[in-house]
Amino acid sequence: MKYVTALRAGLVSCHACGRVAPRIRSITPQHCERCGAVLHRRNPDSLMRTWALLLAAALLYIPANLLPVMHTSSLLGSEDDTIMSGVVYFWTSGDWPLAIIVFIASIMVPMLKLSVLVLLTVTAQRRSRWRPMQRTKLYRMVERIGRWSMLDIFVVTLTVALVRFKSIAVITAGPGAIAFGSVVILTMIASMQFDPRLIWDTVEGTDGSAKKKAKPVTGPQDAQGSTQHSQDLKHD
Amino acid sequence: MEHDNLIACHECDTLFKKPQLLGSRSVARCPRCGATLYRSAYRRLDGISAMTLAALFTFLIAQAYPILELDANGITSQTTLFGALVALWNEDMQIVAVMVFCATTLFPLTELVALLYVLIPIRSGYVPAGFNQVLRAIQFVRPWGMIEVFMLGVLITIVKMVSLARVIPEAALFAFGALTLMFAVVVMFDPRTLWDIADELTARRARPTPRTAADSAAAAVGATLTGSASGQPAAPHQG
Repeated sequence: MKYVTALRAGLVSCHACGRVAPRIRSITPQHCERCGAVLHRRNPDSLMRTWALLLAAALLYIPANLLPVMHTSSLLGSEDDTIMSGVVYFWTSGDWPLAIIVFIASIMVPMLKLSVLVLLTVTAQRRSRWRPMQRTKLYRMVERIGRWSMLDIFVVTLTVALVRFKSIAVITAGPGAIAFGSVVILTMIASMQFDPRLIWDTVEGTDGSAKKKAKPVTGPQDAQGSTQHSQDLKHD
Repeated sequence: MEHDNLIACHECDTLFKKPQLLGSRSVARCPRCGATLYRSAYRRLDGISAMTLAALFTFLIAQAYPILELDANGITSQTTLFGALVALWNEDMQIVAVMVFCATTLFPLTELVALLYVLIPIRSGYVPAGFNQVLRAIQFVRPWGMIEVFMLGVLITIVKMVSLARVIPEAALFAFGALTLMFAVVVMFDPRTLWDIADELTARRARPTPRTAADSAAAAVGATLTGSASGQPAAPHQG
């Protein structure tokens, strides 16, 4: 099956309202006529930004797992809890369904996100044609599950607010929570910055006859001639 | 413009003619990468407005009342969401407090208020001021509202606390539960469809406007005539 992309047809779709407009190169920040958003053919500096955010997230991931997220001081003494020790606590106390939920949300999801985004960025940078469909599905999965890692932060928030029995036990938040929350937010921004269309751009190059199929929607034209053509359309 | 009937897949950039969706729950998917292109929303505008309004009231209850109460041998402690944020803030965890505040209070509230601000005028047939900015604000805050994640966090906290003390669920717990379900429905609504609807509204407005009273009366008669004339054959298509 052959498909024609908006890029090849000399068109650009607004990322905010979805309106498709001809790309005019003479206007450098071209704005959408309908909603006023700046039009980009692809997210600007998509790979560079994704790399920067991923690197920051990966670095913060270390203190996020090593530093305590909760500090308990009670009559029996005080102890620090990291994210992993929280999972272990649930597991040993017999709450294994809970241990699995927290393990998935706090440990598997961030790791999965980091590695999947690295995979996607590397393959996009190398203009790989390897399994675009599967890679898009991975991307969609990362977008969908990323938010669930905030779970631990919310649990810490509530626990800290509830367990304040001055004489018996007080739980406070630890610096690990800051690092962990930042990892979640940075990876979420990284996945927003990554442009999944980059996965398909190289794939389209393989079927050179794709632009012939453009006839029903855009009329015969090629990438070089599109500037002139879109100017004409503009005056209609 | 002839580009108005085109749509480009936001995940693989493939161009399509905008599909005319007829069923009330139909979805158009990109055949190349499987992304959702377009959802039909016209008939659900009333439903979404009602759900958003209901969610707003539930949201206020969820914020105002305590979520949980702990009872450890007669010493009790309870907290609202805001109380929890204040506790975090006072422990020099301002960054975490701000994160939680944005994800559970600020962004969900912005989304609900902004949706109502655009939905109610659009329903009654005009485009409100700052329409574009408000819709873009909705798109910006949507990925960051995490009511459902917070709800799971509350449930995990309950299980965790059961071994330490008696846990008494309070009003806001149920409000958050209801809010989770309502948000699931509200988030199904894609604000992009509002731009299409607003386009149709402005196109309808764009007809020549009358200058004097006599003109306006004549125009009104003309409008009803053409309206009924063109409305007749169009009716089965719409229904």
